[in-house]
Amino acid sequence: MMKKNLMLIIIVVILAILPLFIQQGAEFGGADGEAEEAIGEINSSYEPWFSSIWEPPSGEIESLLFVLQAAIGAGFIGYFIGYTRGKNRLKEGDESKPYVTHR
Amino acid sequence: MKKSSWRIVYFVTLLLLVPKKAFAMHIMEGFLPIEWTIFWWAVTLPFLILGFRSIRKGVKENPETKMMLGLSGAFAFVLSALKIPSVTGSSSHPTGVGLGTILFGPFAMTVVGFIVLLFQALLLAHGGLTTLGANAFSMAVVGPILVFLVYKGATKMGWSFSVAVFLAAAIGDLSTYVMTSIQLALAFPSEIGGFTASFTKFAGIFALTQIPLAISEGLLTVMVMNFLKKYNVSELKALRVLSKEARE
Repeated sequence: MMKKNLMLIIIVVILAILPLFIQQGAEFGGADGEAEEAIGEINSSYEPWFSSIWEPPSGEIESLLFVLQAAIGAGFIGYFIGYTRGKNRLKEGDESKPYVTHR
Repeated sequence: MKKSSWRIVYFVTLLLLVPKKAFAMHIMEGFLPIEWTIFWWAVTLPFLILGFRSIRKGVKENPETKMMLGLSGAFAFVLSALKIPSVTGSSSHPTGVGLGTILFGPFAMTVVGFIVLLFQALLLAHGGLTTLGANAFSMAVVGPILVFLVYKGATKMGWSFSVAVFLAAAIGDLSTYVMTSIQLALAFPSEIGGFTASFTKFAGIFALTQIPLAISEGLLTVMVMNFLKKYNVSELKALRVLSKEARE
């Protein structure tokens, strides 16, 4: 299971890194203010009729909140993995101790 | 009139291409005409009610699976926060609803996906409250339903558990973006070519960017399933996730 998952995670990482090399000049997120500029230039006839109640004051704060979201999720996943592995070890009991530390 | 309509299409397309402002995936606040926001809210609401019922029933029948419900939510939280670069030179993020759907069925994830979207709309100005109905419909209704159908179909074809999980999660991820393209094309049909022309445009942007991410989501879902298969066999059996052949 560990070996298989290690291979899978490597593929995922490659999939995420590869575009950075294929598209050397790409922005991957756009320069600051480019969006606002584009909106100003185009001046479309469609006016958004409702705007966000609250917006993160800066890109830093926004990434903070995104990181927070991921961290909460990752924290729980870590807890889940530890919990289930611990539970399994207890269940398997004394007859086989697959994860006994060697220290 | 013609010109302004093209401008709208161009404008929306541009915004979709600018992930910095996090328009890469969800339709942003105020950006659907009011009649469409009401329509999508109305379509999504019944699924939310179904979802709450489905979760209540599931937890009652298998209380031991509560932890796994939490895991599904956490998985969706993490994946939808990860903006990953793609081959098109822009970035987007996966949805993470595949795992929970395979475990708990399509409707449970409607609630989880809705909560994720609400969090992002309120705190991140990502998506929006008015467009929440539409965004929830694509990510938390259509996505999970596709995941469910593909998973069932692949299992019926006798394909292996990992292949079924991978295909289901990847196609579910992709279908969310196709649905978003449909929603935008319906609201902003192009003057020349109408709905189809707009749809081709939106889908071209979305699908291409999303393909590598869909593959990643499929692989990550398989990884978690591998873990569950090793350590949570009893829960998987209680949820009837593992088919007879795979149980052994």
